[in-house]
Amino acid sequence: MASLITVQNVSKSYWRDKIEIPVLNNISINVEQGEFLALMGPSGSGKTTLLNLIAGIDKPSNGNIIVNGTDISSLGESALAKWRANNVGFIFQFYNLIPVLSAFENVELPLLLTKLSKAQRKKQVETALTLVGLGDRMHHSPKQLSGGQEQRVAIARAIVTDPVLLVADEPTGDLDRHSAEEILTLMERLNKEFQKTIIMVTHDPHAAERAKLVKHLEKGDLVGA
Amino acid sequence: MKILKLIFANALRHKLRTFLTVLGIAIAVIAFGVLRTVVTVWDSSVDAAAANRLITRQAVSFIFPLPYAYKEKILNVDGVKNVSFANWFGGVYKDKNNFFARLCVDAETIFDVMQEFLITPEELANFKKERNACVIGQDIATQYNIKVGDQMVLEGDIFPGRWEFVVRGIYKPKNKNTDDTQMLFHWTYVDERMKVESPTRAGNVGWYIVLINDANKAAEISEGIDAIFKNSSAETKTETEKAFTQGFVSASGAIITAMNFMSFVIIGIIMLVLANTMIMAARERTREYAVLKTLGFSAFHLVGLILGESLVIALIGGGVGITLTYPIVAGFEQAMPKGFFPFFFIEPITTIIAMSAAILIGILASIFPIQRALKTNIVDGFRFVG
Ligand SMILES: Nc1ncnc2c1ncn2[C@@H]1O[C@H](COP(=O)(O)OP(=O)(O)O)[C@@H](O)[C@H]1O
Ligand SMILES: [Mg+2]
Repeated sequence: MASLITVQNVSKSYWRDKIEIPVLNNISINVEQGEFLALMGPSGSGKTTLLNLIAGIDKPSNGNIIVNGTDISSLGESALAKWRANNVGFIFQFYNLIPVLSAFENVELPLLLTKLSKAQRKKQVETALTLVGLGDRMHHSPKQLSGGQEQRVAIARAIVTDPVLLVADEPTGDLDRHSAEEILTLMERLNKEFQKTIIMVTHDPHAAERAKLVKHLEKGDLVGA
Repeated sequence: MKILKLIFANALRHKLRTFLTVLGIAIAVIAFGVLRTVVTVWDSSVDAAAANRLITRQAVSFIFPLPYAYKEKILNVDGVKNVSFANWFGGVYKDKNNFFARLCVDAETIFDVMQEFLITPEELANFKKERNACVIGQDIATQYNIKVGDQMVLEGDIFPGRWEFVVRGIYKPKNKNTDDTQMLFHWTYVDERMKVESPTRAGNVGWYIVLINDANKAAEISEGIDAIFKNSSAETKTETEKAFTQGFVSASGAIITAMNFMSFVIIGIIMLVLANTMIMAARERTREYAVLKTLGFSAFHLVGLILGESLVIALIGGGVGITLTYPIVAGFEQAMPKGFFPFFFIEPITTIIAMSAAILIGILASIFPIQRALKTNIVDGFRFVG
């Protein structure tokens, strides 16, 4: 199968008060189209940083990242923003919904940047929310939903533009066992039925079991297989 | 228009904070409006003075009288078109808190020189005909519910005794800043009684009102008039009505300057209040801005969100303030002694300045939060803990 993502000799350091903090050391990794990859590792090992680089919300200090044929490490800020809107769906640990908007409106947000008509947007939002099992909660506000339901709204927001890649940073980290299972089942389904390529950061072995492939990060290096 | 909805939803997120900010802006706008109104009312009494009118008064002070006999002499000066005169009567109408000017005037000429007092020819004729007739300004007529034919009784102080007048005319103001709170009656009526009761005070007028042909010659004509009475027992000082009025009000000029200054200080203070609210709001939403950027929203969208919210709060505050300024200025006018300010109105320019200031404040208050939201990159935005 073809590589959807190619990470070539990527290093990343942060600078704080003129002190260099190395986070990733010369990492190379390929992720195939249709993969469900779990990135594991201790806290502070650089999982989130690697995920952010692949998803185009941060830039590597060295090396190249090619996603779906685009060298995203060479894109400027606004080109990168467009690229993200078209190619990546984001799922966060703390859902990150806009609290003053309803479930429907939160899911609609990414579509506001497209040329879709109001009716088309409505149809797509309803499809996404129904897919995550919230067809009957569309006009609830985040406050009226449980954590598991909020995360499902976030997943609907991530898939509503039909991106090739889904990135999830500890998507079950803030959920109880039962809700976590539901979320993982949903992600498995998105991977199998809808052929979404998924990269999931987690430090929960139960969660990692659901992935097809598990990689470990330790102090900025990929270890084992 | 989802963005607009988000702007409003954001503005209402902390209802109490937004309410207090709106209230603060509204109060500031009201204070601004009231202060500006006092200032403009003050200025317009100077503006109302006609450029082609001179006032001739006693050289030492206008509290000293001038002889009636000067009238003919002034009339003979080159460039003088007409001469009238007036004298301050004072007195009390019903209650000593009822302030309005009560003047003994030359019935024959007063409406010829005071052309901004509009009176019908019939009423003027009736006024001239009757010794104890008087004419009142429209505002007095409404305020005290007086009609033509009614009696008005004054209790004299400068001119002691009981004075009865019959209203024979009501004049209308020609301009918005024309004083329509004067009561005018025959100088001769008062003077005749003085001849009997206090002969030394008879034959005196307070000041002459001189209508000239050419406003540009005001200086020469003034000199000409004063030259006639040089070395007489009552020397005169002639100046334009504008200069005269200015001298009258300039004693309070320092207060007015302070009020003027304060009205703009208030705007500065309220800008800080709104800026503070916006900075807090934008700080709390750091993570949400990071989410929006992640989803592909641009700097342009974030500017719209923050600036929009700031403007919404500023405009609501400004709108509420301006709306309330009208009844409050009206109440303020009521609370002042009656007739203390002859004309009290909110100039359109005051409303425009207040609203423009609200918009400007809205823009300025959003600059700092916008700058912060734009320069915080996504990764730092997510790592930010309030
Ligand atoms: N924006 C940043 N600025 C400074 N240091 C950062 C930043 N992001 C991450 N780091 C540091 O990089 C290291 C790895 O962070 P992260 O990728 O979040 O680890 P993980 O997700 O595996 O817990 C940590 O030591 C963290 O403090
Ligand atoms: Mg992490």
